[in-house]
Amino acid sequence: MQRPRNDRAWFLVLPVVGIVAFSALIPLMTVVNYSVQDTFGNNQFFWNGIGWYKELLDPTTDLGGRFFDALWRNLLFSFLALVIEVPLGIAVALAMPRSGWKVSATLVLMAMPLLIPWNVVGTIWQVFARPDIGMFGAAVNRLGVPYNYTQDPLSAWVTIVLMDVWHWTSLVALLAYAGLRSIPDAYYQAARIDGAKGFSIFRNIQLPKMKRVLLIAVLLRFMDSFMIYTEPFVVTGGGPGNSTTFISIDLVKTALGQFDLGKAAALSIVYNLIILAICWVFYTVMTRADARENG
Amino acid sequence: MARISLERLAHAYRPGGPYALQPMDLVWAQGGAYALLGPSGCGKTTLLNIISGLIHPSEGRVRFDDRDVTTLPTEARNIAQVFQFPVVYDTMTVRQNFAFPLKNRGVPEPEITRRVAEIAELLDMVAVLDRPARNLTADAKQKISLGRGLVRSDVAAILFDEPLTVIDPHLKWELRGKLKALHRRIDVTMIYVTHDQTEALTFADQVVVMNAGEVVQVGTPDELFSRPEHVFVGHFIGSPGMNFLPCEVAGRLAWVDGHAVPLGADYGTTAGRLELGIRPEFASLARAGAGVPVSVRRIEDLGRVRLARCMLAGNPFVATVPDGVVPDGDAASVLLPPAHLHLYADSRRVVPLEPAREAA
Repeated sequence: MQRPRNDRAWFLVLPVVGIVAFSALIPLMTVVNYSVQDTFGNNQFFWNGIGWYKELLDPTTDLGGRFFDALWRNLLFSFLALVIEVPLGIAVALAMPRSGWKVSATLVLMAMPLLIPWNVVGTIWQVFARPDIGMFGAAVNRLGVPYNYTQDPLSAWVTIVLMDVWHWTSLVALLAYAGLRSIPDAYYQAARIDGAKGFSIFRNIQLPKMKRVLLIAVLLRFMDSFMIYTEPFVVTGGGPGNSTTFISIDLVKTALGQFDLGKAAALSIVYNLIILAICWVFYTVMTRADARENG
Repeated sequence: MARISLERLAHAYRPGGPYALQPMDLVWAQGGAYALLGPSGCGKTTLLNIISGLIHPSEGRVRFDDRDVTTLPTEARNIAQVFQFPVVYDTMTVRQNFAFPLKNRGVPEPEITRRVAEIAELLDMVAVLDRPARNLTADAKQKISLGRGLVRSDVAAILFDEPLTVIDPHLKWELRGKLKALHRRIDVTMIYVTHDQTEALTFADQVVVMNAGEVVQVGTPDELFSRPEHVFVGHFIGSPGMNFLPCEVAGRLAWVDGHAVPLGADYGTTAGRLELGIRPEFASLARAGAGVPVSVRRIEDLGRVRLARCMLAGNPFVATVPDGVVPDGDAASVLLPPAHLHLYADSRRVVPLEPAREAA
């Protein structure tokens, strides 16, 4: 005997479909929709096909030129953040105490910068680095080093990188510390018995045991630094000139400043795809490494 | 290559705090196979770490031959250690693992190659020499740890800290046999820490039994079995452990709950809390009236032997049931051969005034 079919159970997934639709699907499709059209305001839209994408990926156009400039800035910024924060974080983790009340004290201190909201960090550094009244900026100038982040691109970069290092090195340090703490004492004892010293212990025991958490740290710091927006927006506003205009800042200018919804939408989608692609590469590398380890 | 001697050695983790190790004197001969046996927390790992130099004792001296090494760090002693959990260098191959201690000591390359080949041969690891060490099984990793100790030609002793803990049961036997065979081939002192009496008794020529930070007996497996010097050894070694009965003693006779038990020797007058000890293997069950009366609780058939779990004057007592003896109801008795009876005063064995005569 055949059971009576009842498809009404499908209605049970409606809330989820609704939430996903309004939180992700509809906004995303709106952006896709904008990216293939042009508008002159008044809610009038004209079909433009893949015109914006062509323009965006062609460095000779205004839009494409700005995009590639910003992309290189993003890559350089992420590179600098990783190159400074990862080794520094490891060094800090190695220097952190291993027992006693100092552990909790250090952990609290280390966690502090992580708890400060992005725009507050930006504001702190905007004041701190000011050449006239900021403690850091004024001090550097008094030492005879010309430093002014509103006029000199190098100063602006130094400020933003320094700010990111100050804000996020503790994250790397905390992750590395967790990795270090998970190494059993026997490894250090064996190393002493084998006559290994200092750097050899680091290279042969500590670094291999920290590898996994460091991969996570690199992944987190890369994605986060690649999406940077708030801090440079607050501190330099993308300047001087366009020297600290990252993709996100350029995107907001295009969308809200010039109200070029089509260009901004195409830029958003490409930006999104870049981040997705890089995440996929990281994910693949990590799972491959895992498989090799267990295989 | 060395004789290891501990002189008035003691250790407290806090100055003035309780002893983790009671004061002791011990000498470990060059080339011996020793086991440190005792329950968890008895101080055996502390003692091992003092020998390897990971802990410095608060009192007493440690000597390798005549050299005082008490304050020397681990790396300055000729010690190798195999830990409870396998320690291998993950990023290296098996070959690089073996070569690591030699490289660190600046041994010339041809010598390293020769030693590594020799040790790989000894440990049956030639086939996996170029495999990454991290992919191997736990027992192979333990062999790598051991190999890193063996490659050094100057090693005075190899210390094992419960090395079979994480090894599969069917490989435990194999690896233990391998260790024993290795000890016969190479002339190096091995000290093996364990809480497993089977491991200790099958591995070692001399077993050091520890309890609560104190060495209670040092002896061959046979001595530990047939003449425990301390009640703890009686309980801890053997399965089931030794029987102990409170008693009173007058010369050649012991009185247990009003029953006279002849002893094999004259103990004179002995002070302290007295107990009579006998292994279940030597006490045999008999019909009621033949010996000291007991009430039988149950009979356990272990295949090879049958054991009777009894009560003797309010104390649990285990006796062997000889072939042909069929207990009739609860009432029975046990025969206690004088040659296997030992007297303990305040937990320590009392030495009789004259040696015991041969088995009665």
